[in-house]
Amino acid sequence: MTGKQKKMVFRLTVSGIFFISAVVMEYKGLWAGFSYILAYLFAGYDIPWKALRNIKNGQVFDENFLMTIATFGAIAVGSLEEAVAVMLFYQVGELFNDYAVNKSRKSIQELMDINPEYANLLRDGVEEQVDPYEVEVGDTIIIRPGEKVPLDGVVLQGSSSLDVKALTGEPIPAEVEAGSNVISGSINLNGVLQVQTTRLFDDSTVAKILELVENASSRKAKAETFITKFARVYTPIVVGLALVLAILPPLLLGGGWESWIYRACSFLVVSCPCALVISVPLSFFGGLGAASKNGILLKGSNYLEAMANLNTIVFDKTGTLTNGRFQVSDVAPVHGTREALLELAALGEYHSTHPIALSVKEAYGKTVDTGRIGQVEEIAGHGIHAQIQKDGEWHEIYIGNRKLMDQQQILVDTPSEIMGTALYLADGREYLGAVVISDSIRPDVPAALAGLRQQGVRKLVMLTGDREEVGKAVAGKLGLDQVFGNLLPGDKVSRVEALLKEKPFGRTLAFVGDGINDAPVLARADVGIAMGGIGSDAAVEAADVVIMDDEPSKIVDTIQIARKTMGIVRQNIVFAIGVKIAVLILVALGYASMWAAVFGDVGVSVLAILNAIRALSYKEPASGKIEFSH
Amino acid sequence: MRKIIKLEGLCCANCAAKIEEGVKKLPGVKEAVLSFMTQRLTIEAEDGREDAVVEEAQKIAKKIEPEAGFKILR
Repeated sequence: MTGKQKKMVFRLTVSGIFFISAVVMEYKGLWAGFSYILAYLFAGYDIPWKALRNIKNGQVFDENFLMTIATFGAIAVGSLEEAVAVMLFYQVGELFNDYAVNKSRKSIQELMDINPEYANLLRDGVEEQVDPYEVEVGDTIIIRPGEKVPLDGVVLQGSSSLDVKALTGEPIPAEVEAGSNVISGSINLNGVLQVQTTRLFDDSTVAKILELVENASSRKAKAETFITKFARVYTPIVVGLALVLAILPPLLLGGGWESWIYRACSFLVVSCPCALVISVPLSFFGGLGAASKNGILLKGSNYLEAMANLNTIVFDKTGTLTNGRFQVSDVAPVHGTREALLELAALGEYHSTHPIALSVKEAYGKTVDTGRIGQVEEIAGHGIHAQIQKDGEWHEIYIGNRKLMDQQQILVDTPSEIMGTALYLADGREYLGAVVISDSIRPDVPAALAGLRQQGVRKLVMLTGDREEVGKAVAGKLGLDQVFGNLLPGDKVSRVEALLKEKPFGRTLAFVGDGINDAPVLARADVGIAMGGIGSDAAVEAADVVIMDDEPSKIVDTIQIARKTMGIVRQNIVFAIGVKIAVLILVALGYASMWAAVFGDVGVSVLAILNAIRALSYKEPASGKIEFSH
Repeated sequence: MRKIIKLEGLCCANCAAKIEEGVKKLPGVKEAVLSFMTQRLTIEAEDGREDAVVEEAQKIAKKIEPEAGFKILR
């Protein structure tokens, strides 16, 4: 609690004591009145003063003015008790607002407390503590246990575990050793590290993230703009109605001034818009905070709104749904062992540097006896014809695609391409089998897609620059609705534009990519989601939502956070406006007292804020998370 | 050029909206956003008019919310 707040607590306590004693001494007339006045002054002596000052500044309809008029009016018509109550509870509400807002500001600041204060720069063998801004690219810095990594760099010496939780939400520390990249903003847990910097502080991950987070609330959601616009018209209208209520009925009905002025003052109490105006940005702020706690950065609350209404998600294939690395996924020999067939493929592909050859050699894993490789002839676009020694004899081995087999009139009897590329092997005219190489689906993807369906995402689409068949195979395996292959980067934009036209009104489309080459598409979609934000500047710049690690299931979390936040925002808007209007009607008809008006102002404000605070907490459902062993 | 100003101690969300509205209407301001939660006022001003804009913005802020600070971050 701040000093200002403590002082307020004291004032309100004293005021409360005077108020209660006044209520108790009601029968003693003068003494009670005196006690009421003390209670009023302790609670709100500064309010009329502030109202005067603001009027001098040209600010008329502010809440200080409204409260002053309301309470003075109530006193004038003899409702001293209500006047004090209005002031006392109004101040209690303000104090509570202030406390809640500060608290949530602080909790988010702590969350983003990744800004390194200093760097230990090693200059000519002497260590010196400097501002991270002063460190140049290529300098050597020392990071001790407990310190934050100040700049992005590469480890020269030492090994340690780094806590990256504040950056990615990932609770398991990252192990680093000489040669590993370290990311600024992570915390060194145990060993001393010597790091060569690879970026200036301004370009470092931590600076980028801070920039993004600090600017996050500068893009406002529609609900936020709505509520400030609403407040702008709400207050003058209610004040106008209060004026009408105070003057018109007594003139028409002849008399009864006191009762109508009392009602008009109650109107003024309800006319304060602050509760409404605070609770909405507070909810969004909480939602953004909950997301960043989970390693998801959103560039504005408008994207929470959009994420809550997702209808279509378009994925880039390589690097997003698949690993983007070719691996041997299947070995299918006609007879003999898989090992023998793989060995033969590795021998034949030994001299090749084609990605497919590399993955064959990687899958074989053992060193190849080069003495067994004779003449090798590369048949462009088809494969390889190699002489290979097997069991002491030389064999004519053909390794390649279907075209090669057809050319050599070799009968292939393995089911045609599954997901990926098949490498067929033959010994002379005799077919030996196939090695299937494919880009593997990332382990997190199936669970993530299932989660998205569960969240009501209607259409899952995949775009790829890869061949249509490969795309179809991946899409089939994952159960995607649509797939478009053979796309150039420009085609991706027009595809997304077409999909944007197809989606139902009011729903949104997201594009998910890794930020490499897809900046235009990220920008074109309603929401551009970049995966693996760490280390990729392009992604952080082009996307609207950055997922710091590269788990697609975080999209599901984002939707859940967005939905929860939007739910809270809607509840607050409907609840606050609903209660206020109901109270206004009851007061106008004379069915409710000023006490009801106090509830319509302070009560609503406190409840709306308590509700808004809920947005900050998000626990991912334990069942939704699938653990993979490494 | 973009100017970022921190309004420390901003405690009334409605005032924040009023300040934002006022700054938006200043000559030389292309876009202005005041986030109540982060207390940051971001002004996109026309080149060469930044200083005048910031000065006017400060006047508006002082008028509407005299309690809040006015610190130019960038």
